Amino acid sequence: MNRYPLWKNLLIALVLIFGFIYTLPNFYGEVPAVQVSSGKATLKLEPAQVEARVAEILSAAKLPHTGIFSDANSVRARFETTDLQLQGKDAIERGLNPNATDPSYVVALNLLSASPNWLTAIGALPMYLGLDLRGGVHFLLEVDMDGALTKRMDATAGDLRTLLRDKDVRHSGIRRISSAVEIRFRDTDVREAGRKAILASTADLLLVDRDEDGQASLTATLTPQAAKTLQEFAIKQNITTLHNRINELGVAEPVIQQQGANRIVVQLPGVQDVAKAKDILGRTATLEVRMVDDTAGRLEEALAGRVPFGTELYTERGGSPLLVKKQVVLTGERLTDAQPGFDGQTHEPAVHLTLDSAGARIFRDVTRENVNKRMAILLIEKGKGEVITAPVIRGEIAGGRVQISGRMSTQEATDVALLLRAGSLAAPMEIIEERTVGPSLGAENIEKGFNSTLWGFVAIAVFMIAYYALFGLVSVLALSANLLLLVALLSLLQATLTLPGIAAIALTLGMAIDANVLINERIREELRNGSSPQAAITAGYDRAFDTILDSNVTTLIAGIALLVFGSGPVRGFAVVHCLGIMTSMFSAILVSRALVNLIYGRRRKVAALSIGQVWKPSNN
Amino acid sequence: MEFFRIKNDIPFMKHALMFNIISFVTFVLAVLFLLTRGLNLSVEFTGGTLMEVNYAEAPQVQLIRDALGEGGYPDAQVQNFGSARDILIRLPNRDGLDSNRVSEQVLGMLATVDGPKGEMRRVEFVGPQVGKELAADGGMALLLVVIGIMIYLALRFEWRFAVSAIIANLHDVIIILGFFAFFQWEFSLAVLAAVLAVLGYSVNESVVVFDRVRETFKKKRAMETPDVLNHAITRTISRTVITHGSTQVMVLSMLLFGGETLYYFALALTIGILFGIYSSVLVASPLVMWLGVSREQFIQPKKTKEEAVV
Repeated sequence: MNRYPLWKNLLIALVLIFGFIYTLPNFYGEVPAVQVSSGKATLKLEPAQVEARVAEILSAAKLPHTGIFSDANSVRARFETTDLQLQGKDAIERGLNPNATDPSYVVALNLLSASPNWLTAIGALPMYLGLDLRGGVHFLLEVDMDGALTKRMDATAGDLRTLLRDKDVRHSGIRRISSAVEIRFRDTDVREAGRKAILASTADLLLVDRDEDGQASLTATLTPQAAKTLQEFAIKQNITTLHNRINELGVAEPVIQQQGANRIVVQLPGVQDVAKAKDILGRTATLEVRMVDDTAGRLEEALAGRVPFGTELYTERGGSPLLVKKQVVLTGERLTDAQPGFDGQTHEPAVHLTLDSAGARIFRDVTRENVNKRMAILLIEKGKGEVITAPVIRGEIAGGRVQISGRMSTQEATDVALLLRAGSLAAPMEIIEERTVGPSLGAENIEKGFNSTLWGFVAIAVFMIAYYALFGLVSVLALSANLLLLVALLSLLQATLTLPGIAAIALTLGMAIDANVLINERIREELRNGSSPQAAITAGYDRAFDTILDSNVTTLIAGIALLVFGSGPVRGFAVVHCLGIMTSMFSAILVSRALVNLIYGRRRKVAALSIGQVWKPSNN
Repeated sequence: MEFFRIKNDIPFMKHALMFNIISFVTFVLAVLFLLTRGLNLSVEFTGGTLMEVNYAEAPQVQLIRDALGEGGYPDAQVQNFGSARDILIRLPNRDGLDSNRVSEQVLGMLATVDGPKGEMRRVEFVGPQVGKELAADGGMALLLVVIGIMIYLALRFEWRFAVSAIIANLHDVIIILGFFAFFQWEFSLAVLAAVLAVLGYSVNESVVVFDRVRETFKKKRAMETPDVLNHAITRTISRTVITHGSTQVMVLSMLLFGGETLYYFALALTIGILFGIYSSVLVASPLVMWLGVSREQFIQPKKTKEEAVV
């Protein structure tokens, strides 16, 4: 009666084999590798093509490798030693990026699992280690949405000015007040005309009438819908910009993800140069196009220390001074792309800009009205502006395709394009959390976590076998199966394993033994009450099942709450904890029962169970 | 081996009042410590910068303190961490401080200190906006656990069980926090995780006893309620001790081998496990009794079958 049907035994065996295979890659360790990924947002990496190129380069350089692998976004070559790895990196770098100043590919050092290729082919990968175990930097960046909003309203104020002028509606002043724009009119009739004009041109603004001290005015704010779109756009654009910047760092597996409405997580495994990483990330540069004030005498006045109202004094890249108006014509968010290239007629190096439709419209109007004047493109970094370029407007530019050319070398064109792209970061960001873990601490953390689990496991195993004899051994085997399945599941899901995660593995094992203790105690109790061995096994497992289920569900509830509300270390703990509860249910009930069935179930007569001493109260 | 050779049921319920008084006193003390001393919240909750620096030889802490004080961080806390060769530096957030540069500046200052040179092991910076959120999220998680467990227990058992299990186990949580307040141990996110895990874990302890209570009510009709509870606790005590022993062995192993990072995590679990046994068995059960649990609540009224008359 204590027999499982064949399918059940097979199923358990299959699950265990599956667990074994997916746990396997964790034992092979890692070998040095070189990883190639796309260095440009615009360049799509063709894995097959790049793989062939890398193989070609390596064989030309006579560098032996132990395999080249590719996935959708990257190509990786494995090497036997770190020396070969470094030589390989140099060779590939030279081969793939002939122009070192404008690399098309990111070539980075990485570690790759040393597991056999067939394991990698079936998706069996080692566990994905968190930064606290492998070393690296973790940043949490917060996008300054108020900043984005302010900038947008500044631009809106400019837009409205142009619009009202176009429609011949006379206003007596437009200014931004925090995140709203106030437009003043002479009387309510003009205000009505203004309102109509504005509503006809955009649906993004909410207009409210205000009459104070006999002054008719309109207050324009963004509609909630438009504000939301702005927020989403800002964070997406920041993520894209971060991607491009981080490519400069040459990190093998950077993680850049949105977290919540206005945060971005950046994880750079293996990066130790935190200062450089911060410099690159923290470049909260924004781009602004403004007009140059060419009025005669003004520049001299400014140089003498009296900067005229509404202007600012800057220095061009060449070193000459430049007086720039404060009013912003265009901001970087209107810029969709900037590429270096050549002028179609003169064949001079040039930078090609692409503007979005709103930007194109503004640009057309501004250029029409300012032919032969100069405009300045400024990169505003941490409140300080730098003039990237200040070209002269040759004529009206419509269609949103702008070309900046003249007095530029190829190198300069490339630089300007890069700065313009980097500058189109939509909103300023701030680092609000940073975690840096040195590589030695990472390795130590793995060792400590491993040791705690190991010694705890050993102690439990010794006790269980001593106390419950053969049934104790079965429990320990079930516990090992639990560990195996948990590691396999973590490897399969590629869930991030952190030190709290390892603690969760240990704790889960400590808790999982509960189910087996419950079962063994129940069996003893049945024996004590005079049941036959076979009946005691059946009753023990059956009766314990309800209790095991209830207690695991309550533990799981706590685990899920941690998963939902936890962040950082808590989440790492919760993921493993929840998975562990599931695997422990399976192994404690099914695996241990299958083993007990194999041992006792086939025998017709069982005289006694090897479950340790069963004490019976004497009857006197 | 058989540790528990218990012939008759132990009359736990006779001492129910005493157990609860002990619990109540501990609870009140814990609350008192929490109120007077407060928790020593880690940098994750308070915001600030934490740096761990490792030296080949033990450095002079006072020199480092002086260097940081001169460099503009008089409020820096410098202490040994684990061993004399490891230094932990804590810097609170300040207005007008460019927090992004703090760790680099401090490293620069450390380089100027005479004696052995340090290697940066770990930097943690948490901005002021994050800390509050973490505390709020922790509170939400606690609430969710409590509600979830109560609903489950009320469905599977009875509302009386749900209420008493939650009271007993929340009191564990408060006691753990009381310990952390009294000894001023650092309360970090990992400790919070441990506290919530304990909540799930010791409820599961009550569940095992309650399960037995339900079963005994159904099986032994002659028994009075206190006797049923005594019987259930006595029958499960062996398992209770062994299970907790096993979990504690694991936790102990973490305490010994896990290093500084896991130390307080394991400590919170240890306290939780010890008080968990006590409260979930000896506090929850009397509460169930006082809330008026009885056999009728478990026995389904038999449906009278109408026999068809042919």
